[in-house]
Amino acid sequence: MLIKQAPDIQPSEITAETVYRQRRQFIRAAAALAALALTPARAALPPYKKNAYGGGESANTWDEITHYNNFYEFGTDKTDPAKYAHSLKPRPWTLAIEGACRKPKSWDIDALTRAFPLEERIYRLRCVEGWSMVIPWLGFPLASLLKQVEPAGNAKYVEFITLHDPQQMPGQRQAILDWPYREGLRLDEAMHPLTLMAVGLYGRELPNQNGAPIRLVVPWKYGFKSAKSIVKIRLVEQPPISSWMKAVPREYGFYSNVNPEVDHPRWSQARERRIGEFLKRPTLMFNGYGEQVAQLYRGMDLRKNF
Amino acid sequence: MALYRNPKAWLFLLCLYPLVRLAALAWTGGLGANPIEFITRSLGTWTLTGLLITLAVTPVRRLSGYGGVLRYRRMLGLFAFVYGMLHLLSYLWLDQFFDWPGIFKDILKRPFITFGMAAFILLVPLALTSPHAAMRRLGRNWQRVHWLIYPAAIGAVLHYGWLVKKDLTQPLIYAGILALLLGTRIFWRYKKTKAG
Repeated sequence: MLIKQAPDIQPSEITAETVYRQRRQFIRAAAALAALALTPARAALPPYKKNAYGGGESANTWDEITHYNNFYEFGTDKTDPAKYAHSLKPRPWTLAIEGACRKPKSWDIDALTRAFPLEERIYRLRCVEGWSMVIPWLGFPLASLLKQVEPAGNAKYVEFITLHDPQQMPGQRQAILDWPYREGLRLDEAMHPLTLMAVGLYGRELPNQNGAPIRLVVPWKYGFKSAKSIVKIRLVEQPPISSWMKAVPREYGFYSNVNPEVDHPRWSQARERRIGEFLKRPTLMFNGYGEQVAQLYRGMDLRKNF
Repeated sequence: MALYRNPKAWLFLLCLYPLVRLAALAWTGGLGANPIEFITRSLGTWTLTGLLITLAVTPVRRLSGYGGVLRYRRMLGLFAFVYGMLHLLSYLWLDQFFDWPGIFKDILKRPFITFGMAAFILLVPLALTSPHAAMRRLGRNWQRVHWLIYPAAIGAVLHYGWLVKKDLTQPLIYAGILALLLGTRIFWRYKKTKAG
C-alpha cells in the first residue's frame, strides 16, 4: 500500500537525528531527576523517537488534554474522568490478542511497550460532539502488533474491548452503555500505518483518564472509535457491533469517519471548535488525513456507510 | 424600609448568583477546557431552574397557605427570562459567532434548537406583559397570556433532553420536577370541577 506523507511537512522541518539524540539525553537526565523527585513514580517509558507526523499543528496543553475527556466508564461529564479515574489500576495489565490468527498471544503491558519502538505522533482528534484537539501521542502502529499474531485468511475485522470492572470503573455501575465498551475496525483500517496503539502522552505514560495503560488512536475517525484501556483485541470475520452502534444505531455507524458533509442526525458536523480557540474552524474530510486514508473507502457511499 | 430588610432585595441578589459564579470562575480560570460550552450550558440549566422555581410559586402558596410568595413570582419569572436571553446570546455570539445562515439552518433542521428557540419566543410576551400597567390593561387576558409559561417550560425540557448524547439523567430530573409542578395544577383543577 502506498502511503503518502502529509504534504505540509518539509524535510527541513523534521528533527535531525543528532538533535533528537541530544534531546533524548536531555530527556533521560530530566527523567532521572524526576524519578528522584517522585518516589513512587511509574516505570518510565522507554525512549521514543520523534517523526514527521503532525507538522504545522500546535498541540493542546497537557491540562486541556487531561481535563476534558469523554470516558463514560468514569462518568458522563467531561470533567468526571480527571476526577474519578484514579481508581483505575493500569499495572499489572494484560492485553490479549486472539481470534482468527495463527499465533494468539497475551502481552504484559510493560513487555509490550519494550517490544515495539515508541514514536511520537501529533494527531488531530475530532470528537463527534463538535470539538477537537491536537494531541502528541506516544505509541506504536497497531499493524506491528497484529503482524506478530499473524491474522488468518478469514480475519476481516478487528474488535477492541475495554476493561470491564465496576470496582475500577465506577461509571460501569450505570447501564449507560452496554459494558464493556467495544469498538471495531476493518482489518485494512487496523493495519493502516496511521492507526496507533498509544501508551503515552507528551512523553509521559498515559494518564488514567486518557485510557491508560493502552488505547487505540484512529485519527481520521470520530474520537469514540479510539477505544481506551483495552484488555482484548479480537480478529473476527463479521463486522463487530460497537457499543455506540448498539446504543443508538441511527446516530453512530460502524465507520464513523470524520466527514463534514454527513451531519449527525441532531447536529451539524461542518465545523468544530478547537479547544483553546474562540472561532469555530471548518471540519476537514477524514479529519485532514484524506491523502493517507481516502483510498480505503474508494467507491463507497459514505452517507450510507456513516 | 431599609434595603437590607427588604426580602425582595435579598432575593434579587440571590438570583444574581449564577452570573456571579460564572464571573468568578472566569476570573479564576475555572471554566475548563471549553469555556464557551460551559457558559452556554450553565446559562441554559439556570434558565430551566428559574422556570421551575417560578412554576413552583403557585403550588407552594396552595400547600403552605402563605400568599406572600406571590409577590416574588414576577421577579423570579423575569430572571428566568433574562437567563434565557443570555443563554440564547451565548449561543448566537460565543458559539456561532453570528453565523446567521448556519443559525437559521440549525433552527430549522435541529429539533433541539427548534424547541429551545420556540420556548424562548413563547417567553417574550410574558416578559413584555410583566409590568403592573400591562397587567391592568390586559385584565382577564393577562392570565391567558401567562399560560404560555407551560408550553415554554415543556419546550425547554425537550430542548435539554434532545441535546444529550446518551445519559438522560439530568434532563429526566428536570422533566420529573416539571411533571410534578404541572400535575398539581391538573389535580387541583380536576378537584375544583368535581366539587363545583
